[in-house]
Amino acid sequence: MRVLSWLYLAVAYAFVFLPVAVLVAFSFQDGRLPVPPFRGLTLEWYAKVLGNDDLMAALGNSLLVAVVSSAVALSLGFLAAHALARVRLPGSALMRGVLIAPMTVSYLIIALGLLTVFNYFGIRPSLWATGIGHVVINLPLCFAISYAAMGDHQRSAERAARDLGAPEWKVLLLVSAPMLAAPLAAAFFLSVTFSWDEFIIAFLLTRFDVTLPVEIWSMLKSGLSPATNAMGSLVFLVSVTLVILLEILVFRRAK
Amino acid sequence: MNLAAKDRRLAWGLLAPALIWTGAFFILPFLAMLTLSFAHMDGREVVRGFDPGNYLRIFTDPTMLGALWNSLEITVVVTVISVVLAYPLAAIIAFRVPARWQRLALLMAVLPFWTSYVVRSYSWLLVLGQNGVVNKALLGLGVIAEPLEIASSRAATVIGFVHFFVMLLTLTIYANLIQLSPNYARAAQDLGANRWQTFTHVILPLTLPGVVTGAFLTFVLCIGDYITPQILGGNTELTLPQLIMLQLGRSGNFPLASALSVVLMAVVTLAYFASSRWLRLDRV
Repeated sequence: MRVLSWLYLAVAYAFVFLPVAVLVAFSFQDGRLPVPPFRGLTLEWYAKVLGNDDLMAALGNSLLVAVVSSAVALSLGFLAAHALARVRLPGSALMRGVLIAPMTVSYLIIALGLLTVFNYFGIRPSLWATGIGHVVINLPLCFAISYAAMGDHQRSAERAARDLGAPEWKVLLLVSAPMLAAPLAAAFFLSVTFSWDEFIIAFLLTRFDVTLPVEIWSMLKSGLSPATNAMGSLVFLVSVTLVILLEILVFRRAK
Repeated sequence: MNLAAKDRRLAWGLLAPALIWTGAFFILPFLAMLTLSFAHMDGREVVRGFDPGNYLRIFTDPTMLGALWNSLEITVVVTVISVVLAYPLAAIIAFRVPARWQRLALLMAVLPFWTSYVVRSYSWLLVLGQNGVVNKALLGLGVIAEPLEIASSRAATVIGFVHFFVMLLTLTIYANLIQLSPNYARAAQDLGANRWQTFTHVILPLTLPGVVTGAFLTFVLCIGDYITPQILGGNTELTLPQLIMLQLGRSGNFPLASALSVVLMAVVTLAYFASSRWLRLDRV
């Protein structure tokens, strides 16, 4: 049983890492095709990718949309969670349901709905439109994480602050938010990675100022190339760095 | 004004931005799409009205029915395989790996989860393609004489999906397993249950809500995905999202695309009700 477990673990890890390993290995391919045989090491493809203005512009767009849309989603989600966790309102359960609902709808449908409305009002596809869509997909996540993190302990601290005369914005900013720093940071980082990686909304709602996944998608059309591997490896490196930072900064401290 | 009323007004104020955003950019667009799905095309012009023609077409046209069926088949197969593969992985990490290494083991098991999702499908193309790693290895070992046609097939789509969802499900199932008190298993064994009985009668039922929640998420994300079948599936058979994108792109047929989306959403809603007894979406 024990041996079987470790064997299963090894096979599972191999399966999970196989495509990533191949991706990274052939980003160093000294040849035109990122498939075996391996012809030797080169950094040429990385230089090519980093020198590609379109890719770098897309990377900047992606970062901008990810950070801004996540900040908006987190603010809206946190405020709504604060309200619903604190006061019993008529229809609380319904409102929680409405705020969580976009989580169960395919991104494609959210994108198509927004496209329909934007077309109707004559709003052109843009980075802003994409950002609006990304707030829609990340708001439920930010709301759910904030809501789940609010407990009695926190409610008493907020009440104490209010009794001592703090106005509501001070309570929120100086008591609630710092007490929830770890879950709020987790929600923010998760939103950033989801937005950073999102394809279909960005694909349908941008035209010229595309995001990175859309730019990579158009690279794929010209067939297999080690340049795509290099770009993919860089994206992986960035995401993994983010995840490890999150792990160290947020979860270690939360223990 | 008393304190409670003031509190409530403040609460509404804090809720309003999130509710307005969701209303304006989620509910309104969905209603607009629903309305548009009853319009039809006259040449390149959208004619609004109440015409169920798009839905009739979806349920009679073999291409459309085929796409719906392909999507359902692929999604169900992917969901089942992913749960079956992920459960043991999560269990081994939760019960066999020493406690201090568990976080690291879990982090490692899901690390490729964070590769860009377009790139992940592309990577599988490199692995499964005609000149890919798998074919080269098998040819080199003499297992096969001709390269296998794995890429550009349904098998490739399923492999690409399973790879992603095994990681997602490992996370959600692990989170459930680790919350179980070891006393349950001990009690069952004290009462004479063997390992298998302990698993089927105690552990599995207790983790079922987590498994169903993960499976539901898998279902939703899988059936709505365009990239994976588009990159890995070749163009031999279409899924529903591919068909929707085709309507948008080639013919600009927004009404039909909207109707297809409504059908897609109806399928997800059915899946939701089928699994709602065990679903804990607020505890993902």
